[in-house]
Amino acid sequence: MEKREYTIIADTGIHARPATLLVQQASKFNSDITLEYKGKSVNLKSIMGVMSLGVGKGAEVTITADGADEKDAIEGIDGTIKNEGMAE
Amino acid sequence: MTSKITGIAASDGIAQAKAYLLVEPDLTVEKNEVSDTDGEMKRLKKATDKAKEQLTKIKAVAKESLGEEEAQVFDAHIMVLSDPDLMDQTKSVIDSEGVNAEYAFKQVTDTFITMFEGMEDNAYMQERAADIRDVRKRVIANLLNVTLPSPATIDEEVIIIAEDLTPSDTAQLNKKYVKAFVTNIGGRTSHSAIMARSLEIPAIVGTKDITERVEEDDQLIVDGMNGDVYIDPTQEEVSAFNKKAKEYDELKLEWEQLLNEPSVTKDGKHVEIGANIGTPKDLVGVKDNGAEAVGLYRTEFLYMDSAELPTEEEQFKAYKEVLEGMEDKPVVVRTMDIGGDKELPYLELPEEMNPFLGYRAIRISLDRDSIFRTQLRALLRASVHGTLRIMFPMIATLQEFREAKAILEEEKALLLEKGVEVSDSIEVGIMIEIPAAAVLADQFAKEVDFFSIGTNDLIQYSMAADRMNERVSYLYQPYNPSILRLVKHVIDSAHKEGKWAGMCGEMAGDQTAVPLLLGLGLDEFSMSATSVLKTRSLFKKLDSEKMKELSNKAVNECTTVDEVIELVGQYVK
Repeated sequence: MEKREYTIIADTGIHARPATLLVQQASKFNSDITLEYKGKSVNLKSIMGVMSLGVGKGAEVTITADGADEKDAIEGIDGTIKNEGMAE
Repeated sequence: MTSKITGIAASDGIAQAKAYLLVEPDLTVEKNEVSDTDGEMKRLKKATDKAKEQLTKIKAVAKESLGEEEAQVFDAHIMVLSDPDLMDQTKSVIDSEGVNAEYAFKQVTDTFITMFEGMEDNAYMQERAADIRDVRKRVIANLLNVTLPSPATIDEEVIIIAEDLTPSDTAQLNKKYVKAFVTNIGGRTSHSAIMARSLEIPAIVGTKDITERVEEDDQLIVDGMNGDVYIDPTQEEVSAFNKKAKEYDELKLEWEQLLNEPSVTKDGKHVEIGANIGTPKDLVGVKDNGAEAVGLYRTEFLYMDSAELPTEEEQFKAYKEVLEGMEDKPVVVRTMDIGGDKELPYLELPEEMNPFLGYRAIRISLDRDSIFRTQLRALLRASVHGTLRIMFPMIATLQEFREAKAILEEEKALLLEKGVEVSDSIEVGIMIEIPAAAVLADQFAKEVDFFSIGTNDLIQYSMAADRMNERVSYLYQPYNPSILRLVKHVIDSAHKEGKWAGMCGEMAGDQTAVPLLLGLGLDEFSMSATSVLKTRSLFKKLDSEKMKELSNKAVNECTTVDEVIELVGQYVK
């Protein structure tokens, strides 16, 4: 199981374009991938789940990947998060 | 048997084609208990797969006919359909409650919609909730085996019949196949009417019940000149229609001769005819109709067609495209005119009792000046690519104008400091649409470079009559002597200070108003691109001195709008 923690710095949080890109990225992998915020955990492949968390600026989130391609998955998602300026 | 329905003629032209009803079918969902839950799962899967297929197809067609940006909304819909949580939860409701797929799907989507609508950052979440609603409609229609209208996939000639057309409906229409619109509600200035004129197709609005009286595939004739719709026309009517269409085509050919001609009156006086546009795409119509300027570029579409504020770059690109496209011919750009009937969900403006009298246009721009500054920077940077004129909307007081102008100067200075090139001959003017500004035009004229009279609002504010309210629509009286006096005062005030006065409302292209406006000395007439040649042809028949006499009489002697119309009839045969 791979796990990373982030502090969201983007003004819009994980919304709109960033949310869409994250879900698209996560959906490329077979691993189970979750996004955890304020003790609630959702499937990162579900756009509705991700949006339902309402992750805003300053939020501390944890992303977990579990499965055969968990390493690639966590790296891929890490790339999206940084490229889109969601977190550093 | 033929039947005839008459509405408000909103856009010229004649069309014949079969009806396409843009009306939603009944999508009421009933709750049924089922024992074969596996069967329901399969039905759900089939319906969602079909929906994905439909959306992929719609997206491809929309991308082809409308462009990448308009097609993106369908990506969001496909993403919702592919959502694993949504599907898993629906399956678990089918399973645990033993209910039919449509009921389960409705229940689960309801939960999400309620959740999103209740969340902070309302504007964005409202849109997502709307996406889910759209997707749900499609899936449920598939489950119920009914067909949803999908205007984006129309691939044969049709006449669209609808209650009303929203901007997102019209965005999905392929101009190649849509020959006309007929709607139940609306007036000459409603969105669907303006859209039809910019698409250059005939339209009739305000028929009240066309959707009840026409069935899918009925043969129709639409006469956009009279506002008549013929359903199942007889052979005779078809030939009469063909004759009229032919005459109209000949008239159009006659007008087309004037494409590259200047706009001059019978006695050789030159006037400028401009076109109103909403997006750079509209330049095609401007060129095809030989307009000499863009008299009104409504920038609010940049804001309305987007889920967030347009960036400086996006705006710069659009302004540059328009300025370059016009090749040094003048372009009057109106700064953001949001509010009134044009909402912007992401600005989260509070709901108002009287939006037309409320927080809109320059009032928002001055209050939230960072939005305004972004737009001005984009405009200033684009100014070197053509002949830019900047116009502030909804100015009521000189103070507002001074404030707006000062912000413009500030941004200009900052850009110059950074070494960015900015044109030094940008004219800065105001839209005259508030009676207070019209009355004080003599003072304004000392400080502005030009006026452009926005008649739609000027009339509704002068008459205190909501132009959307059909019960008071009789008060929309462009030829009323009171309005003519205001217009005269504005034009005279401009001329006294050596400035010019234009008009960018509906009235500028109105064939009864044009002779009066010419007589009053209006310098620039800006209208729907489709009216340009017709108006140029009219100018050729008018003598400016004689029209001066006409307008003086109308302003000084007429007491009612009917008297004015009669008088124009005497002067213009």
